[in-house]
Amino acid sequence: MKVIVDQNKCVASGQCVLSAPEVFDQREEDGIVVLLTETPPEHLADDVRQATALCPARVIWVEEQEQKE
Amino acid sequence: MNTISAPGTDAPSAEVSDYPMPRATGCPFDPPPALYMRQAQAPVSRVRLWDGSTPWLATRYEDMRTLLADPRISSDSTRPHYPHQGPGPKERRTQSRAFIAMDDPEHARLRRMATAAFSIKHVEALRPTIQKIVDGLIDTMLAGPRPVDLVQAFALPVPSLVICELLGVPYADHDFFQSNSKTLINRDTTREQARAATQRLIDYLDGTIGDKLAHPADDLLSTLAERVRAGELSRHEAADTGMLLLIAGHETTANMIALGTLALLQHPDQLAQLRESGDPQLVASAVEELLRYLTIVHSGRRRVALEDIEIGGQTIRANDIGNRDPADFPDPDRLDIGRNARHHVAFGFGVHQCLGQPLARVEPQVVYSTLYRRIPTLQLPVDLDGIPFRHDALVYGVYELPITW
Ligand code: HEM
Ligand code: SF4
Repeated sequence: MKVIVDQNKCVASGQCVLSAPEVFDQREEDGIVVLLTETPPEHLADDVRQATALCPARVIWVEEQEQKE
Repeated sequence: MNTISAPGTDAPSAEVSDYPMPRATGCPFDPPPALYMRQAQAPVSRVRLWDGSTPWLATRYEDMRTLLADPRISSDSTRPHYPHQGPGPKERRTQSRAFIAMDDPEHARLRRMATAAFSIKHVEALRPTIQKIVDGLIDTMLAGPRPVDLVQAFALPVPSLVICELLGVPYADHDFFQSNSKTLINRDTTREQARAATQRLIDYLDGTIGDKLAHPADDLLSTLAERVRAGELSRHEAADTGMLLLIAGHETTANMIALGTLALLQHPDQLAQLRESGDPQLVASAVEELLRYLTIVHSGRRRVALEDIEIGGQTIRANDIGNRDPADFPDPDRLDIGRNARHHVAFGFGVHQCLGQPLARVEPQVVYSTLYRRIPTLQLPVDLDGIPFRHDALVYGVYELPITW
């Protein structure tokens, strides 16, 4: 899984950090999202999907790499 | 995926009902019956407001999220069709808009000046302070007479002390700003009352910003004052932001504490589970569930459509009954502190989603994991009918909650 965020449109809600603290952090100066890893391990995939669904600004996307039919 | 569809640009019929609607007697925790009916039968339909205007009202969870995240929707309270909540609230939003009633890029510029203090890390660092405040107030209650009003003795002081510390406002002034904000969040406040209360609060915050310019400290108002000095923020914008945070910071959480305690007392099995578990994850999940179940900001998000958005109208309100949508929360009227309710819309959705949400989570987490453990025999000395609910306030809750032990 590959994760993409748009810092320009992030509103610093912190929802992603609550969902997946191993993957998302917030900038010290303004709380804007920081990606800790672009390719999180498989066991965090559900947490990342939750962050994507909860992000109020809709600025987190995931590309599923090995999609099975 | 739901799309929003409703009969084009129909002229409102005579049957358009007045909004807001009353809750059913005996069901103080449930939304008005008329809203359940709309959610089931007419999920996007018109209502009539206090001023005779007839905006669209959206009642389904998915529609609400879709609308609130739509960039064609505006929060700008100066737009002609903006659905104000009453003459008083309209006056306040005219005199002091703050970023809650602005659109991007203005909204983003101003919101970002306050976000650092509300990051997850910063708020987690406040947890020990919050715990100390909570324990101290419980000590005082236990040493005092019974019954006691939980609202005045505990529910209001907790968030008020916390937001004062965070902003750098002296708590000694709490009578002054609490009485003025109480005026502002009442639906029935007149224009004149609202104008006077807004002016008093703006003057107060402007004065405090002035103090911070002269004597900067380690608090949020000093950060805003620094921006004023740097020319990035006007003094007026700084005072508006401070006022928004001061009001939002205590009126809301206070009701989560008092109304949440009342709801738990009415569900003794859930209360016992919470008291006995000691599991921080269950406490966190209880807070999410009570945010959903109580939905204290109960009067709907207000927006103006900048373009036609499928539904053809101009003005839209999304009502938080989305939190009782059976499509997204199975058996939605049941309080179940073990369910996963994290996707609730109690904090709204879209770019205006609550800035204070980390604080609005940690404060009740500390309260729910402390109060019932320290006062295990906590109980109501009166019947539910004897409790004054805040039907007329923009933030729902109770005006008073007598408790004993
Ligand atoms: C349980 C407590 C709380 C609830 C249920 C709540 C709910 C909400 C909701 C529904 C909104 C969205 C308004 C809209 O979309 O028009 C909002 C916005 C906001 N809240 Fe809260 N809130 C709570 C606590 C707090 C606290 C403690 C603070 C902080 C001091 C705060 C500060 C704000 C601010 C500044 C906004 C405006 C955000 C923006 O427009 O970008 N809230 N809140
Ligand atoms: S959930 Fe979205 S808006 Fe909130 S901090 Fe994370 S990226 Fe930003």
